[in-house]
Amino acid sequence: MAKTTKKTTVKKTATAAKPKASPAISPIPEAPRFFEKPETFNQVSHSLTKVDAMGLACGLQKYVADVDFHNLLHIKVLGSPHPHAFIKSIDTSAAEKLPGVVAIFTWKDVPRVMRTTAGQGFPEPSPYDNCLLDNKVRFVGDRVAIVAAESPEIAEEACSLIKVQYQALKAVFDPEKARDKDAPVIHDEKDCRVPIPIFYDPKHNHCSHVETSVGDIKKGLKQADFVLERTYYPHYAQHCPIEPHTCIAYLDENDRLVLRSSTQVPFHARRITAQTLQIPIKKIRVIKPRIGGGFGGKQEVLLEDVCGLVALKTRRPCIWALTRAEEFMTARTRHPMVVTIQSGVKKDGTITAISMRIISNTGAYGSHALTVLSNCGSKVLPLYRVDNIEFIGDTVYTNLPVAGAYRGYGATQAAFAMECQMDEMAEAIGMDPIKFRQLNHIKEGESSPIFKALGEGREGVDMSIGSCGLEKCISEGMKRIDWAKKYGKPGTGVKRRGIGMCCLMQGSSIPEIDMGAVFIKMNEDGSFNLLLGATDLGTGSDTVMAQIAAETLGCRHTDLLVYSSDTDMTPFDVGAYASSTTYLSGGAVINCASRVREQIVAVAADMLGEKVQDITIEEGVCYGKGRKNSVTFGQVCTYAMYEHKQFQIGALASHISHASPPPFAAHFAEVEVDTETGEVKVLKYVAGVDCGNAINPQLADAQTQGAAMNGISYAMTEEFIFSDNGRMLNPNFGNYKIFSTKDMPEVETFLVPTYEKTGPYGAKSVSEISINGALPAISNAIKNAVGIRLTRPPFTAEKVLAAIKEQAKTGKSAVIRSGKVAAKPARAVKKVAKPAAKKEKPDARRS
Amino acid sequence: MKLNTRINGRDLCLEIKPNATLLETLRQAGFKSVKYGCGEGMCGACAVLIDGKPRTSCITLAGTVEGTEIITVEGMGNPDKPHALQQAFVDAGATQCGYCNPGSLIAAKALLDSNPNPTAEDVKDALDGNLCRCSGYVKRVEAVLSAAGSVTKQKKSTRGKK
Repeated sequence: MAKTTKKTTVKKTATAAKPKASPAISPIPEAPRFFEKPETFNQVSHSLTKVDAMGLACGLQKYVADVDFHNLLHIKVLGSPHPHAFIKSIDTSAAEKLPGVVAIFTWKDVPRVMRTTAGQGFPEPSPYDNCLLDNKVRFVGDRVAIVAAESPEIAEEACSLIKVQYQALKAVFDPEKARDKDAPVIHDEKDCRVPIPIFYDPKHNHCSHVETSVGDIKKGLKQADFVLERTYYPHYAQHCPIEPHTCIAYLDENDRLVLRSSTQVPFHARRITAQTLQIPIKKIRVIKPRIGGGFGGKQEVLLEDVCGLVALKTRRPCIWALTRAEEFMTARTRHPMVVTIQSGVKKDGTITAISMRIISNTGAYGSHALTVLSNCGSKVLPLYRVDNIEFIGDTVYTNLPVAGAYRGYGATQAAFAMECQMDEMAEAIGMDPIKFRQLNHIKEGESSPIFKALGEGREGVDMSIGSCGLEKCISEGMKRIDWAKKYGKPGTGVKRRGIGMCCLMQGSSIPEIDMGAVFIKMNEDGSFNLLLGATDLGTGSDTVMAQIAAETLGCRHTDLLVYSSDTDMTPFDVGAYASSTTYLSGGAVINCASRVREQIVAVAADMLGEKVQDITIEEGVCYGKGRKNSVTFGQVCTYAMYEHKQFQIGALASHISHASPPPFAAHFAEVEVDTETGEVKVLKYVAGVDCGNAINPQLADAQTQGAAMNGISYAMTEEFIFSDNGRMLNPNFGNYKIFSTKDMPEVETFLVPTYEKTGPYGAKSVSEISINGALPAISNAIKNAVGIRLTRPPFTAEKVLAAIKEQAKTGKSAVIRSGKVAAKPARAVKKVAKPAAKKEKPDARRS
Repeated sequence: MKLNTRINGRDLCLEIKPNATLLETLRQAGFKSVKYGCGEGMCGACAVLIDGKPRTSCITLAGTVEGTEIITVEGMGNPDKPHALQQAFVDAGATQCGYCNPGSLIAAKALLDSNPNPTAEDVKDALDGNLCRCSGYVKRVEAVLSAAGSVTKQKKSTRGKK
């Protein structure tokens, strides 16, 4: 045993088992919690190696499909060829006769339980507007029948043998016409509903409505020297995780249903699957192994119900792995939107009014319909000080692919409109766009009425800004892009150059809604099992959590054995979304590790014969007063396990947040526009982010680079092309172009450290914010280069050239309008450049 | 039908269906690092070396690799003895979700095997067929350049931040 061990009486006051006598039901304080800031950081703020990195680089980490099962069945789901139709009859007899077909399910074979696939907290702020299988289809690719067979090829062939008679219905694809009187009703079923008391009017394809105002918008517009109105059209996009959605289901030795799933929300997946299949939650275990990227797409309970059904009915293990085409057509997308901003500005740079009106297209089902819409306001409008604000948002159903959560979550769409509008306002008053933003952006200690006005299906939470590094993001970014030298100097040749920028904010978790929990137990070699509900989907959160735990405990992050997201083995966490993991689950880690540390200190004090308050910890060693004696963590745990008043050193703790402190960012783009071909090349992209104190700067940087690149790719090339029938025509990487290495512009990212007191070791979120910058920064840069304002991304050569020609014809900046029907962008691309509509009033002077 | 091939240094005789792709054949044989990403040879997640050349195994019929030598990322190294590229990916923070890493490491190995001193442009050319949605590619290109340096200097890449 440890040579430094001394027997003394245990100091009762210090035993961590002491429960604080609290009359409250929850142990979590009701006011914002400020975490203690240590003098120095040993584990946090260091770019330590990702805990799973070597396993990933050696190809050893197991994703969902990387385990072998005996007798595995393969699932295929027959998708609808119609955008809107009733299923009059389904004949599966020929398919059933195909050798190797094991089971086929149609809507007649399954219980009808209305639910949402949105993996959100319960009760979800998304409508219960779909079920396992329905007798109506609402978009091309909608589920018609489920086939389970001995091989994927047989399952596919069986799908082709199913004879379905459809009664085709009129479809609606244009979100601006979805609420018209003569529009077909997509959800005419009687049992669709919302589980919480919020607006819902499916009879008019009206899925959600949000309205809020601050001050007096009319008065604000009257006070303005200039009033500008413009409409922006952020478009469809798919997450494109390189691992498509995959789920394996099997019955374990106790006849429980195990779902091994590529999910960002294992606990919501368990709950929603239980609800859909009408079985108890205790009958289900969801395991999240390594995940090949999610970006919000896997915050959706998409496959688990089908796999669960097949496993329960056939009693055989089964797998459903989406093909890339299915991923594009039937998994989730970004909500395309029509964002109209009317704003008033004074010559001195005061923004007197902002009215933001949004029509959001959720496609056939209302997954995240309300919350993405709310986020358009709540994550964008607070950025600037404006006394008079109006936000009116409506989400509509159409017969197009289903939208859902996608990194940025509404902020991407609204920031595009807002940040282009900021440049337009600056131009109207003749002010430098950066100076204009610096004059108006929110600063430390300030608040915005929007925080309280816009929550998630309920009132938001009031808060003031505790940390803001935006000023530094702007000034540093200006240097890196060489703003002073390059802005407004397009040159005179065929190729013109321009630079543009934007400012951004996001949130960190959903305050007073999200909860994360952590369990830590100590082992006799001084290592710890860190069991978390938090879901690492490639973000590095397992590593970040290990660093936070190690910092709190006083050891190395490699002493933490991280196991995350297994509903049987780990405590609850809402999952990886809403930029919550580091901020929220990291708080739970501190709460938990602090309790474990108290226990370690108490045991060490007992062993060393020292007072609890004299014990210090350094790198896994507990020292007595004056460092005269010491015991290692291993000795402490061995003592507690085997020698005296034995107990398991360990703790469970949770965390909720009472704030959602925004990270801030400033992004800059430099472009070159070929005025003869319309081709736009992004030459350089600079992204500066204030994510508080970065727990792992290298990982935070990686998040920023990845999000920025995804944003640039979205702005430049990514596009859903639909047939007249609402079928996506380009569901593959050949025709839906995501950026690859040769497309990379020069990308520079930098972190601006601040310290957020409500965050674990000063951290705020980092993952989402940087996807929002490319659309506005590039649109602003193109405007700077050639004087045209692009409002309909992606900024393809066709659109740019058409706008340049339009400008030459009219002699003024044209607003590109490329076709009216959202369902026809492919054609629209070719017949671009209609004249600016009448309601566009750039530079319209009021007084 | 039978397929005789050498995979990661071991001679194997595998029973395959005539229409089996190399991707499914390798995965069934236990080489799970080889991933499905698109099934059309567009994303590179399934890339392996066939006689030293990077190929997308999802559009390669298994029957066509008879008598060849195949390397998957498991064959490049292991945590005890990682390849310089694997170590460089770890050090540079180029492993995020990691799903595309096996394919991109294979493409990077093919590059360094034929061009030990590549420029950044060479690296971008060689890895252009390996899509990644997490990273933005910056750290990946840095990692390959750093590994190239360490390979040519015949020493391990150094740990820690750049």
